[in-house]
Amino acid sequence: MGFITQHPILVVSIVKVAVLLFAVLTVNAYLTWFERKLVGHIQSRIGPYFVGAHGLLQPAADGLKFLFKEDLTIPTSDRFVFCLAPLLSLTLALTTLALIPFGPATIYIFGQPTQLVVADTTLGLLMVFAITSIGVYGVALAGWSSNSKFSLLGSLRSSAQMISYEVSLTLSIVGVVLLAGSLDFRTLVEGQAGYWWHVLPRWRVFPQIVGFMCYFISAIAETNRAPFDLPEAESELVAGFHTEYSSFKFAMFFVAEYTNMITVSCLASILFLGGWLSPFPDRWTWQLYIPAVGLLVTGVALLADAAFKWNGIARVQLVVISCLALGLGVLALNPMVMPIIQGVFWLLLKVFLLIFFYVWARGTLPRFRYDQLMSFGWKLLLPVALLNLVVTAFLIVWMNR
Amino acid sequence: MNVPVIMFFACALLAVFGAVLLILAKEPIHSALALILVMAALAVLYLLLGAEFIAAVQLIVYAGAIMVLFVFVIMLLNAGVEDRTNQSLMAKYLGLPLSGFLVLDLAWWIARSTSGKAELTASAVPAQASSTIELSNLLFKQFLFPFEATSILILIAMVGAVVLARRDP
Repeated sequence: MGFITQHPILVVSIVKVAVLLFAVLTVNAYLTWFERKLVGHIQSRIGPYFVGAHGLLQPAADGLKFLFKEDLTIPTSDRFVFCLAPLLSLTLALTTLALIPFGPATIYIFGQPTQLVVADTTLGLLMVFAITSIGVYGVALAGWSSNSKFSLLGSLRSSAQMISYEVSLTLSIVGVVLLAGSLDFRTLVEGQAGYWWHVLPRWRVFPQIVGFMCYFISAIAETNRAPFDLPEAESELVAGFHTEYSSFKFAMFFVAEYTNMITVSCLASILFLGGWLSPFPDRWTWQLYIPAVGLLVTGVALLADAAFKWNGIARVQLVVISCLALGLGVLALNPMVMPIIQGVFWLLLKVFLLIFFYVWARGTLPRFRYDQLMSFGWKLLLPVALLNLVVTAFLIVWMNR
Repeated sequence: MNVPVIMFFACALLAVFGAVLLILAKEPIHSALALILVMAALAVLYLLLGAEFIAAVQLIVYAGAIMVLFVFVIMLLNAGVEDRTNQSLMAKYLGLPLSGFLVLDLAWWIARSTSGKAELTASAVPAQASSTIELSNLLFKQFLFPFEATSILILIAMVGAVVLARRDP
């Protein structure tokens, strides 16, 4: 107990890091399930179905498979860099998430008041971009150290793509920063409170719709996702930069990709979609019950599903999950917990919707050709983002005059 | 020994280690990685001084943009292990004593100076350069002309690169 009171920031940080890590890795695992399921339904298939009810144990099976496969290291590879590359990818992806605040509430860990963010800094946005700008190395080094043509070509493509789209990604959010006059996530979100004409929330997506579109397109390219998944175009390059990776090292790239998806979606919600602010006015107090009611309804629906459609071990799983949802729903009704989870709920809902769009784009759009990708990035996206910035700056000066 | 001092020495040692590795590494990629290590360590040192903006810019510009280009070029040319010439006699017999003398000289003057003994806190940095608003006030009001002149210089270099790289029609 003496250690906790002497070094409160250290202990509290470790607890927050552990909770965030556990949550992110679990969410990542189930994002793979969600993606396969959704893409399956988009393409008139059913997706994972047989491992557990609704294929819900598929991520666990995949994780075990990654753990127990043989971990091959190419003898002609550069061993140190070969091991460094996946580590770098994953570490940097997880570090960015530490800078993102998940709500305005103050919580107490071991009696120490603290915010819902691991690293509380006033330059959060800049720090996120500082860390993501180094993220290219994971991909570049992986391809180079593998000592294989496909890997090298994949990583060359990938680094060129990431560098190109990082420019428009950064430029597209400068408009928002100009409007807010701050690089602090808290100020950025709080500047979006209120309403236009009493109905439309003051989210920056409305004045900055061009910026939002540029941001979302470049974010898809920056995270190497379809339709910009050129680095791993399997019809041309086997698997791109991670061709030679197997077992857990491959899983690290995989987790890094999904974590990056979560991070850019979090950024999009915070910058453009009002972050943890609810779309409803404060005077509508019934909105406080939305998270709890949502969880309770999910629990009841899963119970009904278990009772009528499934049997055997799948039924047991569904009952366990629905009990979990019902328990969390009851916990969310607790007057002490209710105000804390509001912000987290709205932020996560927006992030989930954006990830839905991500998967939707993957299920719908064909892959770009490499020269199309480059000319789209440099000749269309970059000028539009630049124009958006110039127009925004002029309008701000004109309004404030 | 408080945490900032420990962090300072850790990062300083890391930076020196990276710099030595940069020169001694045989593979060009390893040298580039060592240089990135130096830059990241320097960014942490800036953070310790309370210059958060400079730290972020150090990472974005040097570690993020310039070094990526270095690594990219090394990968594109697929540069192999570098060839080493036999060390010249002058480097052996004159260079070593002279560099030793330089290190001793620097250590002597740093030990004698009084201004370098300030506490390693944010207060040791002039408050002007620490916050982003103050920094941009300096950059876009007081030093506007040098700033614009530098950007035109960089633009000229970019135009020159495009002209050199353009294929003949």
